[in-house]
Amino acid sequence: MSSSKKEFISEAEELLGEAEEHLLELQDSAATGFNPDTVNALFRSMHTLKGISGLFGLEGLKDLSHAIEEILDSLRLGNIEVTDNVIGFLFKNIDILRELLKKAEQGNDFDVTPYLKDIEVFGQRRSSRQKQESLSGIIDEAIISVLSSYEEQRLRANIKKNRAIFIINAVLSLEDFDKALAELTEKIKKEGELISILPTSEDMPPDSIGFKLLFASDKRPDSLKTAFGIVPEQIAGRRAEKTSARKPQASLKSISTTVRVDIEKLDRILNTIGELALIRGTIKRIEDEFSGIHGHSELVFDMHRASQDIERRLGELQQQVLEIRMVPIGQIFLRLAQIVKRYSQEIGKPVNLTVFGEETELDKFIAEEIVDPLMHIVRNAIDHGIEDPEERKRRGKPEKGTIKVKAFQRGSNVIVEIEDDGRGIDMEMIRRKALEKGIITAGKKIDDTELTGFIFRAGFSTKETVTEVSGRGVGMDVVKDRISSIGGFVDVKTEKDIFTRVSLTIPITLAIIKSLLVRVGINTFALPLSSISETLIVSRDALQSIEGKKVYNLRGEMLPVMPVSEFFETGSHTHKNGYNESRYIVVSGYGERRVGLLVDELIGGQEIVIKSLGGYFEGLKGFAGVTEIGRHNVILVIDVETLTEEILLRHKGLVHV
Amino acid sequence: MKNILVVEDSESTRSMMRTIIEDLGEEYHVFEAGTGFEALKMLPTEGFSLIITDINMPDINGIELINFAKTTPQYKDIPIIIVSTERSEEDKKRGLALGAEAYITKPFRPEDFQEKIRLVLNS
Repeated sequence: MSSSKKEFISEAEELLGEAEEHLLELQDSAATGFNPDTVNALFRSMHTLKGISGLFGLEGLKDLSHAIEEILDSLRLGNIEVTDNVIGFLFKNIDILRELLKKAEQGNDFDVTPYLKDIEVFGQRRSSRQKQESLSGIIDEAIISVLSSYEEQRLRANIKKNRAIFIINAVLSLEDFDKALAELTEKIKKEGELISILPTSEDMPPDSIGFKLLFASDKRPDSLKTAFGIVPEQIAGRRAEKTSARKPQASLKSISTTVRVDIEKLDRILNTIGELALIRGTIKRIEDEFSGIHGHSELVFDMHRASQDIERRLGELQQQVLEIRMVPIGQIFLRLAQIVKRYSQEIGKPVNLTVFGEETELDKFIAEEIVDPLMHIVRNAIDHGIEDPEERKRRGKPEKGTIKVKAFQRGSNVIVEIEDDGRGIDMEMIRRKALEKGIITAGKKIDDTELTGFIFRAGFSTKETVTEVSGRGVGMDVVKDRISSIGGFVDVKTEKDIFTRVSLTIPITLAIIKSLLVRVGINTFALPLSSISETLIVSRDALQSIEGKKVYNLRGEMLPVMPVSEFFETGSHTHKNGYNESRYIVVSGYGERRVGLLVDELIGGQEIVIKSLGGYFEGLKGFAGVTEIGRHNVILVIDVETLTEEILLRHKGLVHV
Repeated sequence: MKNILVVEDSESTRSMMRTIIEDLGEEYHVFEAGTGFEALKMLPTEGFSLIITDINMPDINGIELINFAKTTPQYKDIPIIIVSTERSEEDKKRGLALGAEAYITKPFRPEDFQEKIRLVLNS
């Protein structure tokens, strides 16, 4: 059976399942009056079934679902009443459709003429076609002209029931209008029946889209105000009462309560908050001095309480601003899906993209920063990971490759995993390449984890054929740099012929991070607290030297250690006897990637706003950016990930004991 | 390159249309939208040469989509083909009245569908 036929069968089964569910719903609500949405949904599932059966040339299925669709159309248009009898009849026919589908799956068809006759007779006996009154003159032609005939019928039915017809205008952001619309339609359904949603672009600001929501309700316009916050415009139906006869101007007012703000304005607020935090630090200092002078007096106590209040409120304010900046990652996934579709098509490798966790939120700035790396990883997966269809077939894999993209929150990070079911990373190829480039020496034992790490090195593209998109020298090294510039890191797991999984660990918000200020020589640096696991005070002789490299025995494990001054070659205050006076180790990373940074002094914790170095200094290694502590006092923020990498490289071969 | 947006809520119909369109040649690129909302979101992301839309869909229907595209300056020149069943005669008329360029009735033969696309793109 061809794959599209299989797809057809499973969709048809789904449609029949849905139809049955709707029928059950109708049965349950028969006494209380049925929901027009349910009948319409039932009609639509039969309509779709008819459509696809026709396309796949299954005449029996097509004719039968067509006949049932006719009955359902009369039902939804009010020409046949919904009774237990009718519901029973429909159940019976869905069973017949299911039989037919089973036959179709086996490649058979059977004669449906007797069933068609049954349905025809059934329909004729019940149908009482009602004369349709014209809506023109009652409703604006411009609106009628864009309604489907079913929507028009619902409009008519509601006017007949003496309900009022209202319109609400909503102006929404193009990016996430569906969420806002879902909320709004939910509200409308509580108050009445939603008839139609009409999108419009007239008089809209850029990046916005307008919707007219047409609905019917028994309620008075004033009482709808409580539900929607505005009085919806009544356009037809039950006469508006004299008391509320003044023309509702409210229709001009947008229902949307959202505003769009330039992200820079939010940045400015964050900066101000940062400055306030510094002022609060000054107050704290004054407070301490005060209590030194006046002891624990009432005044000191009051001051202490007030300054704690400020701190708490500042924290809240900061949190609120950060929340405003959050966007769901689903926006990016949507773009990713388009790329996958187009690219997989271009190079002739069919790929299924499944995404999970679209609702996971992260900072707008960070979201934009990870778009390119994600695109690159996904293209890589299609290029190098997923095999050609023929090769996949040979290996007993489904011809269509699968790429899973998953996002979820872990603590203050968002993890994004991109997994393909392709051939995995070829360790032999990497080993050869590493030898060629002189990164490793022949005969030395190197485990796969370390080999995998090499793909993050500049110019380490192993694919021999250069494809259009990936493999142009822009490789995983760029991905890694981009991710570490926003304080995240990349990890790769792979198994030959089974999968490759790239995980990005990204901070949810970049704007403000907790940091540790340290002194190295005469310089002060900030280290992001998120990349630090602990700090240690060590005596000089606790550091051991192996082959000129420093290590520290951390609870029985050898921790590679390097003075920060050595990395930046700033020189630290060196002792006469050649020993470094550094006495603090900042431990970063985890597991096998744990290292120690040797510094001269721990100054204390500080919340900082990282700003990029930008321009001329952009390529500078080892710095994540700069930050301002106090007015005009600028210090550098260390990129711990790069330092870790460097230390591991220098200590390579030493510490795997 | 011809980017074609296919708006259709049935997945199998959508992928069948994709196959038929792709058979027309390498320069045809198909973008799929499963609902009217998805179509609204995708419209600004690509320059489309053609929209092919079903009428009967959840959220917003094809007629409303056509009205939207034809009244929006940046999309009004994109030709639209309506794909509908013979029963939605009235709906088809409305779609054409709003500015859709052509229609084709489901079920259709692949050749007819391809012919319609070529015709609309070349006119």
